[in-house]
Amino acid sequence: MSGEQAIFCEGITKTYGEGEAAVKALRGIDFTAEFGEIVALVGPSGCGKTTLISIFAAILSRSSGALRLAGVDPDAMTNQERTLFRREKVGFIFQQFNLVPQISVVENVAIPLLLRGENRTESLDRAEKLLIEVGLHNRAQSRPAKLSGGQQQRVAIARSLIHEPSILVCDEPTSALDGATGQRVMELIREQGRRPDRLVVLVTHDERIYHFADRIAHVDDGLITRIVTSDVELAALQAAAFEKGKIK
Amino acid sequence: MLRIALKMLFGDSAKFYGILLGLTFATLLITQQAAIFVGLMSRTYALIEETPQADLWVTDPTMQFVDDTKPMQVTALDRVRSVSGIEWASPLFKGLLVAKLPNGGRQICDVIGVDDATLIGVPAIMLQGKVEDLRKTDAVFIESRGAAKQLLQPLTADKNGPKRPMQVGDELELNERRAIIAGIAETRPSFQNVPTIYTTYLRAVGFAPANRRTLSLILVKALPGQNLLELQTRIQAQTGLTAYTPAEFSWKTLDYWMTQTGIPINFGMAIALGFLVGVAIAGQMFYNFTLDNLRYFGAMKAMGATSRQLLQMVAVQGLAAGVLGLGLGLGATALFGLMIPGDRLAFKLTWHLPIISTIAVIIIVLGASSLSIWKVIRLDPKEVFSG
Repeated sequence: MSGEQAIFCEGITKTYGEGEAAVKALRGIDFTAEFGEIVALVGPSGCGKTTLISIFAAILSRSSGALRLAGVDPDAMTNQERTLFRREKVGFIFQQFNLVPQISVVENVAIPLLLRGENRTESLDRAEKLLIEVGLHNRAQSRPAKLSGGQQQRVAIARSLIHEPSILVCDEPTSALDGATGQRVMELIREQGRRPDRLVVLVTHDERIYHFADRIAHVDDGLITRIVTSDVELAALQAAAFEKGKIK
Repeated sequence: MLRIALKMLFGDSAKFYGILLGLTFATLLITQQAAIFVGLMSRTYALIEETPQADLWVTDPTMQFVDDTKPMQVTALDRVRSVSGIEWASPLFKGLLVAKLPNGGRQICDVIGVDDATLIGVPAIMLQGKVEDLRKTDAVFIESRGAAKQLLQPLTADKNGPKRPMQVGDELELNERRAIIAGIAETRPSFQNVPTIYTTYLRAVGFAPANRRTLSLILVKALPGQNLLELQTRIQAQTGLTAYTPAEFSWKTLDYWMTQTGIPINFGMAIALGFLVGVAIAGQMFYNFTLDNLRYFGAMKAMGATSRQLLQMVAVQGLAAGVLGLGLGLGATALFGLMIPGDRLAFKLTWHLPIISTIAVIIIVLGASSLSIWKVIRLDPKEVFSG
């Protein structure tokens, strides 16, 4: 991975629909991210965050512009190749966890490996080890519904990391959780997720977790309007959040 | 992933049992109604199957089914016997006559008169008496169901008092002539559901109202090695009568009931109802089950599940539900058949019926799975993001 950018995009646009009904969700995004970083995409609802993260996760195709994810252009691939790219290179943490309710926690964690056709016993062994790392070894055989929201998100973190992805996409990972639990979940993402060969992209409205990011990209009306990088600016954002009473 | 797919299905117990119940009930309705239909229809040609000695059945050309007796002249028997290639030809009388019972009651009976010399056509299983007993004066045999149900005898002088089944030695009157029960036979239930009385041909003709034409049917045995098709052609050409193999005659009888009555439509509607129940309950529930799990399929799609993998998952869920529902439905149908006495309800579970039910269940499951698969395949993984 050395020398390769995790994300490189230049002039990315995305338009939904055609003609009169066309909606421009992204209007020319220029952005790069390096492996080892934690980057937060923030902005108001409807600003284009979800579209952007979907493009970064190789789920959605861009309308125009240049894009490279871990050195490759996903839009040059067939659908099948993109699916396999996601399977190998991308990890997902969802706002609503999306743990399959009818199967055990350990099986949920093993899903990315099972999708790759790896041996079931070995996959479950690896899942159990990851559950130890996220502190849920004793709940391996439980059903997700038996766990608290924070515990479920920890399971989702383990699931997102089990196949060692190059890009970890976290979609509002704390918005379904209370403040303290959200902080612990973010600490876990930072501890377990941050690797020199991995980029963590975080979409969030939650100002209480801004300080976990190395950089914060503000998205507004389909454009990245500002990127906060320095500790000073991050501290200022944090302070503003304190003032609003969002961090106690 | 297939194991996970199955766990997803079995883990949602409310929906799973709903799907299972729908498929089981649909299979039960389809198979049970079809089995009753087949049982009922097979009764229409019971007499043909009860008389395995005959290679050919010779009838008046206008006869439509085995109970549609169109009497022939007695000379027809000699004309048939004169055709080359025949080992023997026996007369058979068949007609509905009113029997007067000792208690004064009257009962319509199906009277079968078999060849006086050979007694060919007498039931093979005798519960009381021997076949030779039919040669005794005024002797008749009755079949056990009729003896036990429609031909009951009062035990006391009180006609409305307790009754017993008719037995050997009892008497009844047929067209003012005495008939003595000389044997009780076991036969397959007939479609007409009236008691069947067996006697000799000449005695049966005597019981029947006077008629110039008394020969209902002629049973023919071909000489060994004789080509039946050629023999049929010869009989038809030389006598002007029609000769059927037992299979042809059974089919002709079956065809009459199938095409000339509303029975197939009635049963067809019941079977269609079973199919609709399957579609409405099981199909709908399976589709709902998929919709409920759509976000998990979407998450898996985002995580790299291929369309083929998702298709396999939905297919294995449909297959599992289908196999279990079909198995339970067929088991319940078989149990139903075992619990209901054969003479009460016509029920014949032939090997074709499970195949028909299987096809019906496959259509239900395929239909429901196809809708579900379509939904899953078209699912946009972006939907799993909060937006």
